Amino acid sequence: MADDNCIQTRDLVKDYSLGQQRVRALNHVTLNFVCGEFCGVVGPSGSGKTTLLNIMGSLDSPTSGRAIVLDRDIASLTHKEAAQLRNHHFGFIFQTFNLLPVYSVFENVEFPLLLLGYPASERKKMVLEALEWVKLTDKEKARPNQLSGGESQRVAVARAIVKKPKIVFADEPTANLDAQNSRHILNIMQSLNRQLQTTFIFSTHDEKVIQFLRRVVTLEDGRVTDDRVIENSGSES
Amino acid sequence: MMLKLALRNLWGAGLRTVLNVAVLSFAFVAIIWLQGLYEGMNQQASQALLREAYGGGQYWHPLYDPYDPLSIIDSQGLLPVKIDSFVHRKQATAILLIQGTLYPQGRVQTVVISGIDPDQRVLDMPVDVLKIDDSDIPALLGTRMAKTCGLSTGDAVILRWRDRNGTFDARQIRIVEIMHTNVQMIDNGRVWIPLHKLQEMTLRPNEATLVVLDRSTTRTASADWTFHNTDELLQDIHELVKVKQIGGMVLYVILLFLAMLAIFDTQVLSIFRRRKEIGTLMALGMTRWQVVRLFTLEGALHGIFAALLAAIYGIPLLVIYARHGMQLTDAVDSMGISLGTQLYPVYSTGMILATVVIVLTTVTVVSYLPSRRIAKLKPTDALRGKRA
Repeated sequence: MADDNCIQTRDLVKDYSLGQQRVRALNHVTLNFVCGEFCGVVGPSGSGKTTLLNIMGSLDSPTSGRAIVLDRDIASLTHKEAAQLRNHHFGFIFQTFNLLPVYSVFENVEFPLLLLGYPASERKKMVLEALEWVKLTDKEKARPNQLSGGESQRVAVARAIVKKPKIVFADEPTANLDAQNSRHILNIMQSLNRQLQTTFIFSTHDEKVIQFLRRVVTLEDGRVTDDRVIENSGSES
Repeated sequence: MMLKLALRNLWGAGLRTVLNVAVLSFAFVAIIWLQGLYEGMNQQASQALLREAYGGGQYWHPLYDPYDPLSIIDSQGLLPVKIDSFVHRKQATAILLIQGTLYPQGRVQTVVISGIDPDQRVLDMPVDVLKIDDSDIPALLGTRMAKTCGLSTGDAVILRWRDRNGTFDARQIRIVEIMHTNVQMIDNGRVWIPLHKLQEMTLRPNEATLVVLDRSTTRTASADWTFHNTDELLQDIHELVKVKQIGGMVLYVILLFLAMLAIFDTQVLSIFRRRKEIGTLMALGMTRWQVVRLFTLEGALHGIFAALLAAIYGIPLLVIYARHGMQLTDAVDSMGISLGTQLYPVYSTGMILATVVIVLTTVTVVSYLPSRRIAKLKPTDALRGKRA
C-alpha cells in the first residue's frame, strides 16, 4: 500500500481572473504522491502551493489537466461528491487554525466524526485518543479563545487526524507558531504519519518544516522546479 | 449536530441574538394581542346582538327588508299559525315595525316605531317598563336616540304615524325609560312602545313585521315568512370586524417587517463575518446545502426563542388583559360596532397557533434568503474570506 499512488496530477493548470487579467497559478504541474508520504510543497509566496493543495484536497477544481486523488478525478466531482471525499478521506490543517469558536476543544475534534455519523461512545473514544496523540487531554473542555497558538494548532491536528483519514493537507501549519511550538507540532505529525500511515502533504516556505520532510517539491511561478527525496529528514529527537 | 452548532452560534452571538429575539417576541405578543382584540370585538358584538336583537333567529314578513326603509310600509301581516304558536308559548316574540315621525322640541325626527310585548323574555331588553298603564303611550328609547332627540325620562313628545288605511294620526307619548344598550340597531331611530298599543294605533290587530325566536327553540318551516338564522344575521358584523381587522393588519405587517429586517440583517452580517468558518465547515466535509441549512436553522431558532420568550411574558400579560379588558371611549361607538365601555380580548388556540406558524414560517424564509448565497460560495474563497 505504501507504494500505491495516492495522488496523481497531470498537466495541472489553474488560472485565476484578477480584474481584467488572467493569472496562471499552476502551470502544467505533473506530480505523483504515494500513500504514506510526508511531503512538502515549498516555494515563495504566490508560487501556487496553496492552489495545488486546494485542488488535491477537492476544495477547488483545475482549469485544465487532471488531478486523480484516491482514484477519483477531482474535476469531475460534484459539490456533494467532493464534500463526501473530504469528509471521509481528507484532513485539513490551516495556518490560522480555523477552529469553531463556539465549540470546546473536545467538540471541535468531535465535529468530523459527527459528520460521519459515528455513535457517541465511539466518538468519545476516538476524540480522547486523538487528544492523547497531541497531548491535550487536559484541555478538552477549553474554548479556542482560551488556548495558545501552539495548543490551537494541536487541536487542529487532532481534528484533522481523528477520523484517521488517508491524506492530511496542511497549509502553512507553522506560519503562526514560534520555533518551539513548530517543532512540537511537526514531531506530532511525523509520529502520526509513522503510526497511522497517513499521508501528510504540506505547503510551506518555513525552513523548520522543510527539515522534517522526506520529500520536497519546489514550485516557482506555478511550475515544478525541483522534486527531491531527503534521506535524513529531521526527527522527534 | 446541526442544532447543537446552531444553538452554540446563537449563544455566541450574544447581544445580537438577545435583541433579535426580544424584537421578534414583541411582534409575537403584539400580533396576538391585536388579533385577540378583534376576536373579542367580534364575539362581544355578536353576543350583544344575539341577546338584544337577533335571539335564536328571526322570521321575517315576506316583504320586509331591513336594508330598505321603504319596505317597512308594507311589511306587516298576520303571523302564520306555526310561528304564532311559538309566540303563544313564549318561545318567540313578535315585533311590529311602523314608520313614524317624532316631534321633539319642535324638530322633526323620522323614526321606526317598534311594537314589542312588554312581557316577552326572548330579548334582553328592559321592555317591562312599558307595562305602565297611563293616558299617554309609554315609550322606551335608547341613549343614542334620546341624545339625538334631546329627550330624557318623563318627557312627553308627539308621535305621528299612518294606520293601515293610510290615515295620519298623532298622539303624545311619554318616555318611561332611557335604556343603555350596546346594540345600535335597537337604539338609533327606534321608539319602543307596547305591541298591542301599536297594533291598535295602526289598526293592525295580531300583525307583526318579524318574530324573534328564543335561542333554545328550534326553527320550523314556514311557507310565507322566511327564517333567518343567526349566522346569516351576524354576517354583517362579522364582515365589519373583518374590514377592521384588515385595517389592523397594516400595523402587524409593519411590526413583522421590522422584526424580519432585524433577522435579515443579522443573517447577512453573519454570513459576511463568518465566511472563514463557512469555508472550514466545507473543508471538514459539510456540503454547501448543509451549511445553508445550518444558517437557516440559526435564523429560524430566533423565531422559536422569540415564541418562548413571548410565552413567558406575553401569556401573563394577555391573560390579565383578557380578564380586565380595555376601557373604551365613546369614539368607538362611531366605528359602527357597539361594544359597551369595556372590550375583552379573546385569544383562541387556533389563532395563537396560526400566528406562531405564520411568524415562524416568515422567519425561516427570511433566514433562508440570505443564506442561499452560501451555495454560490467556493470553499477556497470562503477560507480566504472572500465574498460570494
